[in-house]
Amino acid sequence: MPWKRPLSGLYFSGWSVSRFEVMSGSVEMEVQSDDSPMPAAPKSWMRNAMERSGPFCLPDFDHRPGALHSVLGQIQVQFLFRRNDIGRSKAEVAANFINNRIPGVNVTPHFCKIQDKDEDFYRQFHVVVCGLDSVPARRWMNGMLHSLIEYDDDNTPITGTNIPLVDGGTEGLKGNARVILTGTSACIECTLGLYPPQVTYPLCTIANTPRLPEHCIEYVKIIQWPKENPYQCEIDGDDPAHLCWIHEKSVERASHFGITGVDYKLVQGVVKNIIPAVASTNASIAAVCANEVFKLATGVCKPLNDYVVLNQSDGVYTFAFANEKREDCLVCGRKANILNIKEDAKLEELISKLCQDDGARMKNPGLTTNVNGKQMTLYIATVPSIERQTRPNLKKTLTELGLVNGAEIVVADETSPMSMTFKLNFI
Amino acid sequence: MASPGPKSPEQSDRSKKYDRQIRLWGEHGQSRLDLCHVCLVNATTLGTEILKSLVLPGIGAFTIVDGHMTSEKDVEANFFLDSDSVGKSRAEIATKLLMELNSDVRGDFVDESVEQLLNNSPDFFDNFTVVYAVSLPERTLLPLSKKLWSQGIPLIVCRSFDLRLDKPFPALTALVDAINLDSMTLKDHAHIPYVVLLSKALQEYRKRHPGSHPLKKAEKDELKQILKDLKLRDENGDPLEEENFEEAIRAVNAEIQPSIIPSNVTDILNDPCCINLTSKSNPFWITTRALKDFVEGEGGGLLPVRGSLPDMTAETSRYISLLTAYHDQSQRDVESVFRRAQQLLVELNLPPDTITEKDVKHFSKHSHDLHVVRGRSIADEVDPRTANTQEIASQLEDPESLMPLYVIMRGIDRFYTEHNIYPGSFDESLEPDIVELKSIVNKLLAELGISSIGKDDLIHEFCRYGGSELHAVSAFIGGCAAQEGIKFITSQYKPINNTFIYDAMTAQSSIYVL
Repeated sequence: MPWKRPLSGLYFSGWSVSRFEVMSGSVEMEVQSDDSPMPAAPKSWMRNAMERSGPFCLPDFDHRPGALHSVLGQIQVQFLFRRNDIGRSKAEVAANFINNRIPGVNVTPHFCKIQDKDEDFYRQFHVVVCGLDSVPARRWMNGMLHSLIEYDDDNTPITGTNIPLVDGGTEGLKGNARVILTGTSACIECTLGLYPPQVTYPLCTIANTPRLPEHCIEYVKIIQWPKENPYQCEIDGDDPAHLCWIHEKSVERASHFGITGVDYKLVQGVVKNIIPAVASTNASIAAVCANEVFKLATGVCKPLNDYVVLNQSDGVYTFAFANEKREDCLVCGRKANILNIKEDAKLEELISKLCQDDGARMKNPGLTTNVNGKQMTLYIATVPSIERQTRPNLKKTLTELGLVNGAEIVVADETSPMSMTFKLNFI
Repeated sequence: MASPGPKSPEQSDRSKKYDRQIRLWGEHGQSRLDLCHVCLVNATTLGTEILKSLVLPGIGAFTIVDGHMTSEKDVEANFFLDSDSVGKSRAEIATKLLMELNSDVRGDFVDESVEQLLNNSPDFFDNFTVVYAVSLPERTLLPLSKKLWSQGIPLIVCRSFDLRLDKPFPALTALVDAINLDSMTLKDHAHIPYVVLLSKALQEYRKRHPGSHPLKKAEKDELKQILKDLKLRDENGDPLEEENFEEAIRAVNAEIQPSIIPSNVTDILNDPCCINLTSKSNPFWITTRALKDFVEGEGGGLLPVRGSLPDMTAETSRYISLLTAYHDQSQRDVESVFRRAQQLLVELNLPPDTITEKDVKHFSKHSHDLHVVRGRSIADEVDPRTANTQEIASQLEDPESLMPLYVIMRGIDRFYTEHNIYPGSFDESLEPDIVELKSIVNKLLAELGISSIGKDDLIHEFCRYGGSELHAVSAFIGGCAAQEGIKFITSQYKPINNTFIYDAMTAQSSIYVL
């Protein structure tokens, strides 16, 4: 099996947006490398299964004991934290706790953003487990791992360069977990449609016809705060003074419209986009992920194929199914990316296509191209000075910008660690 | 037993700490959690994983009953036993390490076996909110189950071997399913809330077809056409884009249901427990009876109005007055139900604070989603005369079913009872154990009048694991089992009825009534 090789390290990424804020996350578990001396004796609780072959093993399971304690870590980390840990790096606290509680395991914490680490860092692991809390961060990690794959002449991933990704997430009593055998199974990008679009309220409702308490809070958050700027800074959802101000103004606005139900808790929820969470669902999903890592690491049993949902609100419901790989996937598809667009389309239409297409769903893409052998920046939103310079291009048509049918544009976006090339196809 | 800590100064701190879960089950759910006392029998890996997911969300107190000493094997698979604890009381160490998780939770332990406890102090278990029994052999489980069944205390039985698990429990109490109304996405701008549009279209429909209600697809299509005809038109006579009309047309299927009482609620209202109240009836059934009297009286055959409204494209003032109308009617309905409940309490000679107006408010709001789940006792499950053989037999014929796992696990239980060891524990006896387990499983099936299952590969697989417990599998079941307990404690969401089987090889699961 292409993903099986002796385990030298496990990598747990952060549960939180961009920092390695753990959930056992951001934790690298160095266990042993290929050329280390004899692996430690397997834990006796799993000895039987590890040493015997069985009807559901991977076909070439070689009963290799060892590397086992690496899976003891879990992606759910609340239980590793104590009151006096508040203010410390989650990664460090989690790593220390595991190292102390389970002798023989070596967890190395990294307190940084996942984007701060390069390809060489990620290449050293055999499995990556994500407990990230945002879709863009998942897409970034997915893109990173796929960029590490090397293909042979038959277009098959070369064993060892394809690092499996185990991903889990929860919301309230619902959760999901999946195993991505990079290069073989459907990737995060193939199944972007599984993530629901974020709930947003139309601006005119917020501004003119609010009906829900949420509308009033959103108004204060996105219109009144920038206008009045009471603390001369951006909103900090953790600053009680900021929340109080928003609460007060939201109540004023709500009572003006005769709307009830604005309370502090709701203000917090809307401002910080708080998602309900409960220990039990986290524990179960983390357990599924840990179990899959265990299967991948030992070959004791075939891994999950490839996605499971969990819902604990009516009894306990699970459903497992295999996602289909998209041949035209921007990340794992091995085809050139074709972008179908009208010849007289404006550049801004092309950008909004990149943001809205289910296959791309980019956030803030930056575009460059090559016209007559010269590098040319079409539009980059993230650097203010370049944005000002290139803004007029938005209103120009593709032809006016010198782009011809078949021209290649290079697109960079926060959802991916690498830039992507699209070939224009005029329709 | 459980008593809440000082409330007032801590309140805000507590709310902050539990914020993300209170958004799920509300303050009233959290306060029930604060007051509960959970008992765990046997601090195995699975047992401590269950308590982990109960201590973190802040149960009032827990008690561990476990007469075992900690072994090397325990320490290797259990996160809540450290290497220094070998040879010490398993109950004591697990209690200590679990308490570290949350300073609000009180924990204690009894280092005696369940058998001893049931003999020496039979009332010991009477005051727990929920009891978890982990890795308990059938001979001890049965008396415990009988005792708790008679007291009406939920018992959750869990077991985890290798990659497969089983978790039967007799569900007892009634549950209010508190799933909130989905709020609809709102579109930008228009004038009339679609509820009003729908009512208007419905009036027109009734004019055309007196005394009927659109149910079939053709009838609903006619209603949709009426709505389309109501749209404004441009100078060419083409209908204009109006978001609220689109909303109304979309809502035809979902909202134009005849207002009837759902069958799950009708069944509850006609339940003997609801009709024949006694002074021993619990508040749930008394409130249900008040609801029934309301439905038959001023409710005019309908349940109380919920008092909430999905968001829709509308002007603020119109929307608010519509919402107020719903809210006021709901308030009047709640008052009626509450009055009737108080009346019933007087007749039953019960104190008036047995049921508060707040309780009735929650109850009425969710009266469309009432569910009663009655489990079965474990004694009924294992006795061949009362076992649900039909379900077992028909499931065994389905090649995709997880039922063989259940049957094999029952077989393993019996294997353990007879040999005091799990099949496959020693390499020398692996092959003979497979043969023995197969014959036990077939004997068990023969007692139920079912022919053999012929799943040799599964029996082989179970023996291969030799009764070993995978930490991750226990953690999964621990999470599920903890949430089941929270459902009982908060009376929110629907519990499993009654046997949940999980296959960690494929991450599939099934629920059977056994």
